Amino acid sequence: MAGGMKMYGKHRFPGRLFIVEGIDGSGKSTQLSLLKKWLEAEGYVVYLSEWNSSPLVHEVTKRGKKKKMLTPITFSLIHATDFGDRTEHDIIPPMKAGAVVLADRYIYTAFARDVVRGVSPKWVRDLYAFAVKPTVAFYFRTPLDVAMKRILGGRDAIKYYEAGMDLGLSDDIEESFRLFQSRIIDEYEKMVDEFSLVAVDATRSIEEQQAEVRRIVSDTLTGTKKTMVRRWLDLNSLARGSRI
Amino acid sequence: MAGFEFFGEGLPDIDLAELKGKLIVLEGTDGVGRSTHITLLKQWLENHGHAVLDTGMTRSALAGKRLKQAKEGHTLGGITMSLFYATDFADRLENEIIPALRAGFVVLTDRYIYSLMARAIVRGADPEWLHEVYGFALRPDAIFYLRVQIDDLVTRVLQSTGFDYWESGMDMHMGEDMYESFVRYQKFLLSEFDKMVETHGFEIVDASGSVEEVFENLRERVDRVVARNGYRL
Repeated sequence: MAGGMKMYGKHRFPGRLFIVEGIDGSGKSTQLSLLKKWLEAEGYVVYLSEWNSSPLVHEVTKRGKKKKMLTPITFSLIHATDFGDRTEHDIIPPMKAGAVVLADRYIYTAFARDVVRGVSPKWVRDLYAFAVKPTVAFYFRTPLDVAMKRILGGRDAIKYYEAGMDLGLSDDIEESFRLFQSRIIDEYEKMVDEFSLVAVDATRSIEEQQAEVRRIVSDTLTGTKKTMVRRWLDLNSLARGSRI
Repeated sequence: MAGFEFFGEGLPDIDLAELKGKLIVLEGTDGVGRSTHITLLKQWLENHGHAVLDTGMTRSALAGKRLKQAKEGHTLGGITMSLFYATDFADRLENEIIPALRAGFVVLTDRYIYSLMARAIVRGADPEWLHEVYGFALRPDAIFYLRVQIDDLVTRVLQSTGFDYWESGMDMHMGEDMYESFVRYQKFLLSEFDKMVETHGFEIVDASGSVEEVFENLRERVDRVVARNGYRL
């Protein structure tokens, strides 16, 4: 009735979608923000969409987590709802407008986490079948020890669901986190071929990784829109006789 | 006694053989009297010694309240709406319906996945996708489809609550005004339900008669379902 539902791989938009995946502490968010800076400097219209960002659904997720009300299925569904809102509001409209959309975590996060929680791999993949297929999906491959050092060094306490405490792997939150993340890594590794994820060796320097990311991204940007603001700036600078 | 089955992939860690109760669904469009009949059936079943749980859409502890608020804002897209309802449903299934069935209750539910699927299909969701998504649902023991003609429905809704924004499909701009939109939207839902009669084994209950007549009809059917358990009093 209302236009029909497009499935993964079937959307045709002028925009581009680049996403980053990897376990906590893989450095993917750092890489994404560097990519964003570069794309903006190059004059592209860039739109950043984050995991768990839909204000509408966020409160349900937050409350469900805080009160430990979530089962593997409701955990999966509430995140899919959030992702649905992101897709309909944050991803599809800018893609239609020809923007570059960046996403920190995407459906592959859900596939990894939910399957580790015991949800059927087929079911969760079907659940997210409405997702727009990324132009490039980067997977920041990190050994668990490296990621653990980065995390335990620099942030607040690990949260209940992040550590997979609901799985009852261990009573010790750090140990649970380690076991949970190592299973997540196994799931990511299975998806590299299945979804043609571009694996980046995240043990290398930030600069080396970023150079690789930019090279891969720039190969896919032919014909993508640049901003009017930039054009205006260009003209302005030209008028003032300066170089850009 | 044939046990429960899942609709598709199913829920992890559930032993279906443990579920001893009965799951009875009342389906039908807005204004056909579903909630009235649930109330009457509950009283009647309890009078006959059955423990009854009645439940319905947007009543989950997890998502019910937010879902109602989200509807007031009219900002949800079709896919998001479908998934939000699925979340609400899953929470009730796992935390209310399944525990009640395990304890041997008769569960009466005001609408089930069929309404959710019909509404989502009208809003452009892919029927096969919905089928997969709701693969974790239990197949009910019986689905009673309270059916009235569209003209009847309009009269009933006007006499009770009036046209509701969502029940009129106003989010899809289906008509010039609430009336036009309501008629087109409800007709579409009716045709979706009619398609499900065969595929999902709905029992059609003519809901055009008086409350007493319809209840009489429903009571006999419910009695048959409950008696299948062998614990009829």
